[in-house]
Amino acid sequence: MSADVELQNISINFGDFYAAKNVSVMINKGEFFSFLGPSGCGKTTILRTISGFLEPSQGQVLIGGKNMAGIGPNKRPTSLIFQNLALFPLMSVADNISFSLEVRGHSKANRRARAEELLDLVALEGQGDKKVHELSGGQRQRVAIARALAIEPEVLLLDEPLSALDLKLRQKMRSELRAIQKRVGITFIYITHDQGEALTMSDRVAVMNEGRIEQVDTCQAVYEQPKTPFVASFVGENNPFHGKITACKNNLVEVSCDGNKFVADIGKIDCELSKKLTAGKKIILFVRPESISIKNNKTKTQNSFTAKLDSVEFEGHLQNLFLTTGSGMKVRLSVPNTEEISHLNVGQSMDFTFAAQNAVILPEGNLAVD
Amino acid sequence: MQNFLAKNGPIISTYFLIAISFWIIFLIIIPQIYMLDLSFRPNLPPLLRGGEEDVYTLTHYKHFLFGSETSKDAYNFVDLNVFFKTLATAVVITVLSLFFCYPIAFYIAKVAEHKTARFLIVSLIVPFWINELLRAFALRILFAGEGVINNALLNAGLMDNAINFIGQDVALFTGLTYAYLLLMMFPLYNALESLDTNQLEAAKDLGSSTLRTHWRIVIPHAKAGIASGSTMVFMLTAGALATPVVLSSPNTFWFTQLIYQWFNMNDNWSRGAAYSVLLLLVSVIFVLLMMKIFRIKVGEIVK
Repeated sequence: MSADVELQNISINFGDFYAAKNVSVMINKGEFFSFLGPSGCGKTTILRTISGFLEPSQGQVLIGGKNMAGIGPNKRPTSLIFQNLALFPLMSVADNISFSLEVRGHSKANRRARAEELLDLVALEGQGDKKVHELSGGQRQRVAIARALAIEPEVLLLDEPLSALDLKLRQKMRSELRAIQKRVGITFIYITHDQGEALTMSDRVAVMNEGRIEQVDTCQAVYEQPKTPFVASFVGENNPFHGKITACKNNLVEVSCDGNKFVADIGKIDCELSKKLTAGKKIILFVRPESISIKNNKTKTQNSFTAKLDSVEFEGHLQNLFLTTGSGMKVRLSVPNTEEISHLNVGQSMDFTFAAQNAVILPEGNLAVD
Repeated sequence: MQNFLAKNGPIISTYFLIAISFWIIFLIIIPQIYMLDLSFRPNLPPLLRGGEEDVYTLTHYKHFLFGSETSKDAYNFVDLNVFFKTLATAVVITVLSLFFCYPIAFYIAKVAEHKTARFLIVSLIVPFWINELLRAFALRILFAGEGVINNALLNAGLMDNAINFIGQDVALFTGLTYAYLLLMMFPLYNALESLDTNQLEAAKDLGSSTLRTHWRIVIPHAKAGIASGSTMVFMLTAGALATPVVLSSPNTFWFTQLIYQWFNMNDNWSRGAAYSVLLLLVSVIFVLLMMKIFRIKVGEIVK
């Protein structure tokens, strides 16, 4: 069985410090939902509140419509997977997995059967008698998942459980987690600071900063239509151009950024946000590195600027070009490595271009700090 | 050995070697071998030592088991009784000590805030700056027939007659438990401190009650610490002298008091030595047996 989770106006403070402030979100039944944000943004606090280890200072947690106030973590229909997994090192793998059943007084045979079943689910057939330390990192991960699933929770909470794994394994575990979630069909709430993890696995993402939710949306929307400068700069790479709106014509907004005139298409953004975009308003225009290209005679240009090439960085599938504009702005641009760029010289000035549809305009606000 | 020398340099290596060998050879091996040797020799006046009569004999061990040759009993019931009573009491004291220390050590290691924990540790240590004898006498003042506790209870009208705390050995148990409390506390605290707090939360999240979490997660983790503390408390309690002398009832005799009598009052060093060897031997065997039963390796308890 699966349940929805609703956070109603949750605030959590430790003295004067607010770890979470006015957080409200509805997480649907059976959804893979992620809280994404930099460390210290309050996402772990939120998770601990849902699991019952923390009581909110204000607001309430509803799981399956039921108010969870005063209900301890051992009585909630949630299971938590810890960042360091917190497997019990002195117990066998099977005993770890069936611990929640042992607690509830199930018979030994019953426990064993359930452990076997779960070991199958996480592709660890026949490893039940091993000790935890005999398993590899990825296998331990799966034991933790199996242990959390043993009592058939309605909501599974995951606190950055992949962060200790190396890159390859992490990528493999992402798709595995997603597959397990599809199979068991319960709500997964995932905490991470790694946008790659959040974007590849989740149905929806809440981007958090300084205890507040900045945006709740699908992965694609968070990436393509960020609603705040923080989201625009935190999720993926982005180039901010600070400037002012000079004119608005239908969906096209003209802006002036350090002497460059750019046009952005705001047709896709919601109207509440577009209402704020009026002439004279201070804004930030964001362009993704992959949306900028080197201008040549064939490109029909809406927006272009001149910049000097500072350096080129090779990143496997991509090549990153680091530029400085005439006014000293740093711009980053990525081209697939299939593109020939060997004719470019460092120090050379060139024209670059991007389309109006690829520019996002947002009212001035805080950017994510690297 | 080459490695050790290369790693620490000649001066430090030499210091270590000399210090450790001195400690082991001069402070442990030689005196104990001397004691062992002495325990197998007859008790002779100084002039006869090394003479014809100075031959190895089991007479002192026989005395412990069967009593003096003039005795009519089949066994030396008096000494055997004192011996086993001492060991049994030491076991009880060890269990009591564990019983009191476990919650406190757990609280300091896992529950208390850093500041509170430090304060509690200091307040545990400071009273032990007072010497053992003084602490024992202080307890005697508390527990005496007209001591602080009896007077308070009598004046409050809670009872009509004073309780004989010393006669009932309440004072002895309290004093012995208190005397070696820290030796249980610190190994326990160390063991509990190293437990990952997430494991406690994980157990709770999986629905475990506090009691079960302790039984299944905390105690198995702290097993080595419990063994280490228990061994020390048991050994030291069984070998305690000052506290039993001050606090035991007139009828209770501690085995160390017996040893002391042979050495000092009866001037029979060889018999004292034999009794000491017996106490050491039986205590060690008992501890090893317990470790075997609870499946603890000797290496583990020094972790």
